Amino acid sequence: MTQYVGQAMPRYDGIGQVTGTTKYVDDIVLPGMLYAKCLRSPVHKGIIRHLDLSAAERTPGVVGVLTAQDVPGQNIYGASGDQPVFNPDHIRYKGERIAAVVAVDEDTCMEALEKVKLEIEEQEPVFDMFEAMKPGAPIVRPGTTHNLHEYMPGMTTRVIKLGDVEQGFAEADLIIEGRYQTTQQDHAPIEPHVSVAYLDPANRLVIHTVSQCLYFHLSQLVRVFGLPMSQIRYIGGTIGGGFGGKNDIHADHVAGLAALKFRKPVKYRETRREDLRYSGKRGVFVMEYKTGVKKDGRLVANHIKEYHDTGAYGGFSAYATEKCGMFASGPYWIPNILVEAKTIYTNKVVSISMRGFAIINGQSTMEIQMGKIAEALGMDPWELRFINAWRDGDMGASRYIVRGAGALEAMKKAAELAGVQLPAHLMAMSSRRR
Amino acid sequence: MKQQVLTFILNGEEVAVLVTPTETLLDVLRERLQITGPKRGCDDGECGACTVLLDGEPVRSCLTLALTVEGRTVTTVEGLMVKGELDRLQKAFYERGAFQCGFCTPGMLMVAKSLLAKNPNPSRDEIRSYMAGNLCRCGSYEEIIEAIQAVAAGEY
Repeated sequence: MTQYVGQAMPRYDGIGQVTGTTKYVDDIVLPGMLYAKCLRSPVHKGIIRHLDLSAAERTPGVVGVLTAQDVPGQNIYGASGDQPVFNPDHIRYKGERIAAVVAVDEDTCMEALEKVKLEIEEQEPVFDMFEAMKPGAPIVRPGTTHNLHEYMPGMTTRVIKLGDVEQGFAEADLIIEGRYQTTQQDHAPIEPHVSVAYLDPANRLVIHTVSQCLYFHLSQLVRVFGLPMSQIRYIGGTIGGGFGGKNDIHADHVAGLAALKFRKPVKYRETRREDLRYSGKRGVFVMEYKTGVKKDGRLVANHIKEYHDTGAYGGFSAYATEKCGMFASGPYWIPNILVEAKTIYTNKVVSISMRGFAIINGQSTMEIQMGKIAEALGMDPWELRFINAWRDGDMGASRYIVRGAGALEAMKKAAELAGVQLPAHLMAMSSRRR
Repeated sequence: MKQQVLTFILNGEEVAVLVTPTETLLDVLRERLQITGPKRGCDDGECGACTVLLDGEPVRSCLTLALTVEGRTVTTVEGLMVKGELDRLQKAFYERGAFQCGFCTPGMLMVAKSLLAKNPNPSRDEIRSYMAGNLCRCGSYEEIIEAIQAVAAGEY
């Protein structure tokens, strides 16, 4: 096995990629295959008062329609188990799926969708998470009284604590504050979301998926379809890029429901435009830092207030908020850390996982804070980072013991590649000892 | 919509297929002929994954109306192999891992093929400039450039 380490090996499936023979899901075309397109909410927030699909259904070439009533199991999916496949009443974000039209081709689907009569009583939405936290703000989740995620009943702040920040600030020579925001970000894989579903001769539902995590999704899909797991063949493995975006179900529920209802192969795919506008994104984070530091550069306290915009549904956000908070002090030994993190609902598209899974949000803002601290101290930013970088045996915010630390070695390499000559006392430092 | 017969040379063979005037070359290749090497990424001329050669010139098949290729020659990634042998570019991309998910690869190969036909020894900047319309979200650009350079240098 070890003979392969350090060797460049051709990919086991690489011949398929370079000859164009690898079958991605959208490359599957089956005899008699139908296509689906979804009716999406044109408003950010509102209540559906009237939905008439009869004219759409009568369009030549249309096989039928799907609404919440056509879900044999529970009309619920998503990492937090709170998203309807088809929203029957309270719209929470623009582009939310309300129904689907199934037809012989996509042009026919689009033609039929134009004939849908949809009346929504529009309500005032809230897009900014700080506005959403104010008293009297529009409520994103019907039946609740506020827009904060509850980690446990009544607990809206996730606290991560190491040492005592107040004591740390008392010891500090200088306290530096900073407020930073990272933006919403789309995964933008070149392959858009797509699914092909059909019933096999044994009456099992076969789904060709672009899922990045088959078993997460299988457990959500059995609930939607009301089928035992043994009745679903969920086939994945070849995807045209995911970057965390395909940790969420985007198409399999719609294709599967259509195949179950119409008993024909069905392809459901989103256009690039639909994907960019309506699919899950990396959510917005706002990080407020208050960092205590000694004159010699040692960090002694870090108080972080973290705000994470989850959009209209929970997605993976509660988990992402925790991960961000745990690592928002960077790879640095700080004996006193307090993170107070909130996950906030707004009328935006759902925040889901994306590369680095929110860790990089907190790490990048901490690095900006480090730059600010170095400036305030009049210290070389390399020196500040070298002094504080994790050594083996240090403790992170959630009380994990650091093993195999490598920040110092990585920085030395970065300096070398950037042509920066570091002073000898920094080059002598090692992650193995302080 | 009224269908018309479209005849063209696809990967060395004449094909005739019924198409409607609004169908793109990508629609016809993928949906009617099941030539699925060219990929539908953006369907909007932005990503380059659908690139094919039309009379030797790279075009975005998603922006090319099918009926405009009447009587012309279309080459897709499926037409790159000659007598069962991989094209030099295919070999270089494969051996050097010039892709991760591989979704952009069919388009990349076709543009690279056109580049080397015009300029057998392109500089790094010339490669970057010529390939600028093809996106690789995985970020395999370095390996792609190196693979093309290796072919140009006669390593394959």
